[in-house]
Amino acid sequence: MMALQAVALTVVAIAATAVVLVDDPVRQSMVASIMGLFLTSAFFALQAPDVALSMLAVSTVVIPALILLAAARVREIAGPGPRSGDDHDRDEGG
Amino acid sequence: MPPRVRTLLMGLAAASLLGLYVWGAAGLPDFGDTVSVYGTKVASVVSAERQTTNMVSAVVFDYRGFDTLGEEMILFISVVAVALLLRDARDETFEVTAEAERAERSPRGSDAVRALGLAVLGVTFLVGLYVVAHGQLTPGGGFQGGAVLGSALIGIYAAGNFATLRMLEPRGWMDAVHAAGAAGLALLGLGGLLAGGAYFQNFLYTGTSGDLISGGTIPIDNVAVGLEVVGAIALLAAEVLHDGVTAAPPPGEDAA
Repeated sequence: MMALQAVALTVVAIAATAVVLVDDPVRQSMVASIMGLFLTSAFFALQAPDVALSMLAVSTVVIPALILLAAARVREIAGPGPRSGDDHDRDEGG
Repeated sequence: MPPRVRTLLMGLAAASLLGLYVWGAAGLPDFGDTVSVYGTKVASVVSAERQTTNMVSAVVFDYRGFDTLGEEMILFISVVAVALLLRDARDETFEVTAEAERAERSPRGSDAVRALGLAVLGVTFLVGLYVVAHGQLTPGGGFQGGAVLGSALIGIYAAGNFATLRMLEPRGWMDAVHAAGAAGLALLGLGGLLAGGAYFQNFLYTGTSGDLISGGTIPIDNVAVGLEVVGAIALLAAEVLHDGVTAAPPPGEDAA
């Protein structure tokens, strides 16, 4: 049991680092989703099925989906490149 | 604020946080150490007192129901705040929203995703209902089941089933479900007071351990929380889908 828990926690640590290292939010949402799945198995290995269940739904489906939806909307509106407004660019600089 | 000062402030804050974290972590019990007194007590008492087989549900919705009310209010208030923020921008982006809705009507995404989405939808929905209904018996409950049901709603979108999504409009029901769930839990707590006990006292007949109807108020609390969570997820997804994020800052404003 200890070995299983150790493996699960190590995999979570690796996956979480991967999430941070990905730059693009769209890809990041997918990596985060996989990390959620590993975290779910970690909670399961730690004998916390209630927490594992909420983790499963929230972090593998709901959060990545919301990030994706938001990113899709932003992309649809903004187009492939920075389209409207020098104001916007200037805001980022200041 | 000059970048150097900002970096310095950030460094100070991070260093203090690290210090506090290490200090806190050093005082924790060892990994896998003895089960707490509270845990042992609950495990020995719950099934006789409340006829529930899931100790976690009994603690969350009965013995510490007031905590759960606080947690639920955090979710409730954050979702309301997000909805308010995003709705505020709607009027400024009328044209943009129309454009986005046109894009939504034309089919997109692969057939494989749509087929898989449709296949998984019904099962997900059923599992969600099951998890909400069996919180007092097996792992799960209102929050978990509500999140699964919310995933099913998002699945409708992933499956590209816009006709079904249209049926979910107007969004009034989401606000109603969200609010009814939150209010329901608070009112269920009041029931304990009316029965002459304390707030969130379990005032209903607790039934037989292992039956679907057991645990007194615990399953009803689960339904309330389930409603709240479904409403919250639906509301969030709908706000993001239909207006909010589409709002580009209007030129000349937003210089904060």
